[in-house]
Amino acid sequence: MKDYLIYFAQAYPNFRRAEIESLAQLHGISIDMSHHDEQNPFLIVQLENDLQAQQIMERSVLGRGIYELWGQGKDLDELHASVKESSHDKFELYKQASFKFDFIGYMGSRSNKTKFAMIESFSFLAFEGPIRMKNPDEIFTVLEEYKVTGNDKATTPERMWFGRQIQLSARVGNILDKYDLRRRKYIGTTSFDAELSLVSCNIAQVDQGKFTYDPFAGTGSFLVAAANYGGISIGSDIDIRTLRGKSDQCNIKANFNQYGTSLQFVDVLTMDFTNNALRQSLCIDTIVCDPPYGVREGLKVCGAKDPEKAAGRENVVIDGEKAHLRRDFIQPKKPYQLSNLLDDLLRFSASRLPVGGRLAFWMPTANDDFEINQIPQHAQLELIYNLEQEFNKWSRRLLVYVKRDESYVGQTSNGLKSQGIKDFRERYFNGFSEKSR
Amino acid sequence: MKFLTTNFVTCAVKGCLSSLEAFPLKYEDCQLVQEETEYKPEFISHMLERLEWNAIVQVAKDLGNDSLPATKPEGLDPIMEDSQAVLKDLHTLLMETQIVEGKMSCRNCGHVYHIKNSIPNFLLPPHLC
Ligand SMILES: C[S@@+](CC[C@H](N)C(=O)[O-])C[C@H]1O[C@@H](n2cnc3c(N)ncnc32)[C@H](O)[C@@H]1O
Repeated sequence: MKDYLIYFAQAYPNFRRAEIESLAQLHGISIDMSHHDEQNPFLIVQLENDLQAQQIMERSVLGRGIYELWGQGKDLDELHASVKESSHDKFELYKQASFKFDFIGYMGSRSNKTKFAMIESFSFLAFEGPIRMKNPDEIFTVLEEYKVTGNDKATTPERMWFGRQIQLSARVGNILDKYDLRRRKYIGTTSFDAELSLVSCNIAQVDQGKFTYDPFAGTGSFLVAAANYGGISIGSDIDIRTLRGKSDQCNIKANFNQYGTSLQFVDVLTMDFTNNALRQSLCIDTIVCDPPYGVREGLKVCGAKDPEKAAGRENVVIDGEKAHLRRDFIQPKKPYQLSNLLDDLLRFSASRLPVGGRLAFWMPTANDDFEINQIPQHAQLELIYNLEQEFNKWSRRLLVYVKRDESYVGQTSNGLKSQGIKDFRERYFNGFSEKSR
Repeated sequence: MKFLTTNFVTCAVKGCLSSLEAFPLKYEDCQLVQEETEYKPEFISHMLERLEWNAIVQVAKDLGNDSLPATKPEGLDPIMEDSQAVLKDLHTLLMETQIVEGKMSCRNCGHVYHIKNSIPNFLLPPHLC
C-alpha cells in the first residue's frame, strides 16, 4: 500500500466519502476513509497503485485530484526533509521524464516569484528531463493549506504536501460546465442540477453498459447524467408533456444528442410507476430518481378520484370503439401519498435490482419533525447512505440502498406512514409552520 | 419508441405482469421511421445478452419482417466479418427503427396502448388500475 493525497472540491463535503467509496467499490478497490474530515479538503488514503488512484478519481465530481504522496510538512524545510526521507528512491524513476510543477493553494496562494523560488528549492530532486508546460510526462504538485482568520489574507500555509499528479477529476475536466442546465437544450422546472445528478449517479454506481432506470424521469436529468458514465438509460413519467418536450430540438432526445450519448438512450415511456409495464425479467442494474413530492409537480397515479361517479365508464363507446381504448383517451389521475409511493419504489427495487444493485433517490424532509425512522426501509435493501442537503427549514436527502441476497434480513418499515407525518407538500406550502405539523 | 424497447415492455395491468401471453405486446397499425444513430458493434453484442429473442422475432413479424433467425445469434464477435453483417443488421433493427405511431395490445387481457409521436403510453384507465 502506498500513500496518496486526495484534494477535494469545496462542495457538498458530506457527500465526498460516499462518492469516493462507491467509485472505489465499483472497481473492486477497498479504501478506508473513516478519517475523512468534512472541514478539510485534503485527505491521505492508502491504495495499492496508481491505477487504483486513477480509477477512484477519474469520474469523481466532488474530488479534484489525486497525487502520489512524496512528502509533507508544516513549512518548506520540513517538506523538503520529508520528501528526501520518504521518497528518495522515486527520484531516479522520473529522472529523464519531461515534467512541470503545479501549485495548489487552499485559502491562499503564492506570487509567481515565490513559486519560481520554490521550484528552484526542489532542485535536489535532480530531474534531468525537459520542462514542458504542455502535456509533460509528469506533473509535480505542491499543495498548500492556509488558515484564514478574520479578514486578513493568510501569507504562510499551515501545511504543505508534495506529490506526483496521478489523476484529475471529471470536475476539473469541466464536466459541470458541460452539463450546466443553463446550456442544456431541454430543461423544465423539475430539472435536477447537474452537479448533484452526476454525484447521484456516481454513488448509485451507474457504469458502462448497466441499465439505469429513472421512474420519475421528467426532463431526464438523471438519464443524461447516467449516460455520461456509460449507463443505458430508460425513463418513465406519468406526465406525457414533460417527456415530449417542446420540439424536436428541445426534448430529452435532443439533450442526449447535445452530449453525444444518444446511443445510450433507450426511451422514455409514459407510465404510472405504480402500474409498471417494464417486464419483470428485465434486469435493471440501477435506479436513480427524484420522486414527486408535490411541490413543483403533482403526485398522481392513474385512477378515478371518485370511483362511484366513474363506475361503468369502461362501457362507454364512441364511434363504435370503447372510449378508453381510443388514441385520444385521457386517463384520469387521482392524488396519492408520498409515503405509499416510496413504499412502492422500495418494493419495486427490491424485486427488480440484482443483488448488489443500488437504488438512489432524493427524499425531502421537514427539519422540525424529522426522525431517522422516517426513512423507509425494506427487508431486502440495506440503507448505506443518508446524505443531507440542508435548506432553511427543510432538507433533501440522497438515500442509497443496496439490494442484498436472502441471507440479509432487514426490516420493512415506513415511519412517514406509521407516525402520520404530514405530506411534505402541505408543510412546504404552509412555510413549515408549527400549525401545519 | 425504438424497436429495442418493445423487448422491455409488457402489459401494465397487474394481472398480466406474470402472464406469458402478455409479452411481447402485439404491434399493429405501426408507422415506422429509420433514424440513423451511431453504430457500435460491441454495444449491440452486449445488448443482445439482455434480449428475449423470441419476442424480438415475434415483434419483427408483427411489423412485417420475417427474416430473423428463430434462435438468438450466439458468439458474435465484432472482429469477425460475418458477425459484423449480423450486428449491423441488428443495429438497424433495434436502434434505428422507430415506431412513431401505432397500437400495442395485450394478448392476455386485450387492452390496447397507443404510441404517439414516438412515445408509448402505458397509462391505464381507472377500471384496470
Ligand atoms: C421531482 S420530478 C423529477 C424530475 C426529473 N428528475 C427531471 O429531471 O425533470 C417528479 C416527476 O414525477 C412524475 N410523477 C408524478 N407521479 C408519478 C407517477 N405516479 N408515476 C410516474 N411519474 C410520476 C412527475 O410528472 C414529475 O415529472
